[in-house]
Amino acid sequence: MNQPAQSASAVVHISDLSLEFSTDDGPVQALSGIDLDIAPGEFISLIGPSGCGKTTLLRVIADLETHTSGEILVNGVSPGEARQNRAYGYIFQAPALYPWRTVRRNVMLPLEIMGTAREEREARAVRYLELVNLTGFENKYPWQLSGGMQQRVSIARALSVEPQLLLMDEPFGALDEITRDHLNQQLLELWRKTGKTVVFVTHSIPEAVFLSTRVIVMSPRPGRVMDVIPCNFPKDRTLDVRETADFLEIAHRVREGLKAGHSYDDD
Amino acid sequence: MTMIDRLVHQGRFLPVLAVVTSLIVIWYAGAVYLNSTQLIDRYQKQEIDWTIGRLAADAWRMERPVLPSPHQVGLELKKTVIDKRVTSKRSLVYHAGITLSSSLLGFALGTLLGVALAIGIVYVTTLDRSLMPWIIASQTVPILAIAPMIIVVLGSIGITGLFPKSVISMYLCFFPVVVGMVKGLRSPEPILVDQMHTYSASPAQVFFKLRLPSSIPFLFASLKVAIALSVVGAIVAELPTGGQGGLGARLLTGSYYGQITMIWAALIVASIVSALLVTAIGYIERIALRRLSGGQAVST
Repeated sequence: MNQPAQSASAVVHISDLSLEFSTDDGPVQALSGIDLDIAPGEFISLIGPSGCGKTTLLRVIADLETHTSGEILVNGVSPGEARQNRAYGYIFQAPALYPWRTVRRNVMLPLEIMGTAREEREARAVRYLELVNLTGFENKYPWQLSGGMQQRVSIARALSVEPQLLLMDEPFGALDEITRDHLNQQLLELWRKTGKTVVFVTHSIPEAVFLSTRVIVMSPRPGRVMDVIPCNFPKDRTLDVRETADFLEIAHRVREGLKAGHSYDDD
Repeated sequence: MTMIDRLVHQGRFLPVLAVVTSLIVIWYAGAVYLNSTQLIDRYQKQEIDWTIGRLAADAWRMERPVLPSPHQVGLELKKTVIDKRVTSKRSLVYHAGITLSSSLLGFALGTLLGVALAIGIVYVTTLDRSLMPWIIASQTVPILAIAPMIIVVLGSIGITGLFPKSVISMYLCFFPVVVGMVKGLRSPEPILVDQMHTYSASPAQVFFKLRLPSSIPFLFASLKVAIALSVVGAIVAELPTGGQGGLGARLLTGSYYGQITMIWAALIVASIVSALLVTAIGYIERIALRRLSGGQAVST
């Protein structure tokens, strides 16, 4: 996984991609000259300070933003087409659950929109709630669940569409550290079991190094890639791996990458 | 003792009782004050010695008072609400029924129109820019001026009876519904709209699964204002159509014949009708909001 994937087989192929927002204070270069190929089954983390464009890049992949120049292909087609083909599941910072729907009906929402048959919807809700360890909570409403459980429901909902690509935008950012560690382990296990490709936005160095096969370090003004750091921990790693010398060395390299991008400057 | 305790501690009964009692006291005092000029005039003509006690007693039982006392209005209400058959033209229940039916029809029409306009404003940019100023302008026209014209115009093309009155209720009703629904349909957070985009949901799916349910709390806030306005609209509409009945017609008849007590009785029935309607909407609202929040307790 150290080698960049061949663009032909890449799940996501990005070359020389730039995005400029026009604001009242003039144009803002949100992304500049991004090159990235993501191979099937990879777990990619995008890390960087606020304003480095990591969420914007994820949104471009999801066709929630449109790039201004360069090329991007998702599953070999444009992001818009990929979205129409339901190529990805997107998990937002907040659980974004509907308060008037039970957990089960929240998971079935995208399937209802896709027009999946009722029995299949029910079956998938059962299957994916089990996968995120929420069996028994099907008929609860979101307010009856903790923040961590709500975010797991949103993961089950993204999985229910059975996409090969998962786009996750700081999904555990709002949770306490204990819950976050727990969910990181669960996510890793889920990735191992399903073999999905994951693009994961975070601003936590340990989270990025622990989860990823490659960490993409980004820096702001303009948003660009500073460093691409491979991490090759065994697939069945536990949280203990964070105490090893290898882990600390990679974490150090990520930190150096962030420093090189002047990410620690006061401004 | 325990019963008094309970009433005091329930926290609702006592404040309401205090307000009602003081209103009635003020009303009685007002009746003495407002009727005194007439009475004192009469005392002086007939050279009667009078005391405050006699003045008050006379003021509270005048035939044609400026302000009738509460028990006179109560008696009139008993006579016209309880004693008369509801089919009688002299029964206030009969007249309230006429007003109620035209306000309910107007309320239904106004709500439909309001929701339809709100959908147009939210979904069509041109309507968003062009429609809102007209909607606001429509509410700056005094309803008293426009009501007779609507009745006359609709009457001249052969539409009479319930419908023209409902049009006036509708005219007042649709405004709060438009304002509330536009806000409600736009209320879903950007994250939820983005999520729908990632599902490649059709505009109709976004509307029925996200925007419409999100707008319900806003809709109910508007409906409470609208239903009260619909009663006002119906009564105003009945003023120029005096002969056909309704609480508005009753008000007009009362003022023709100087029957102030009759006017007060009709006013009280009108406010009871409004209060009952607002309460009914509030009750439906509580059920709807409870469902929308997944059974969580809600305060309205």
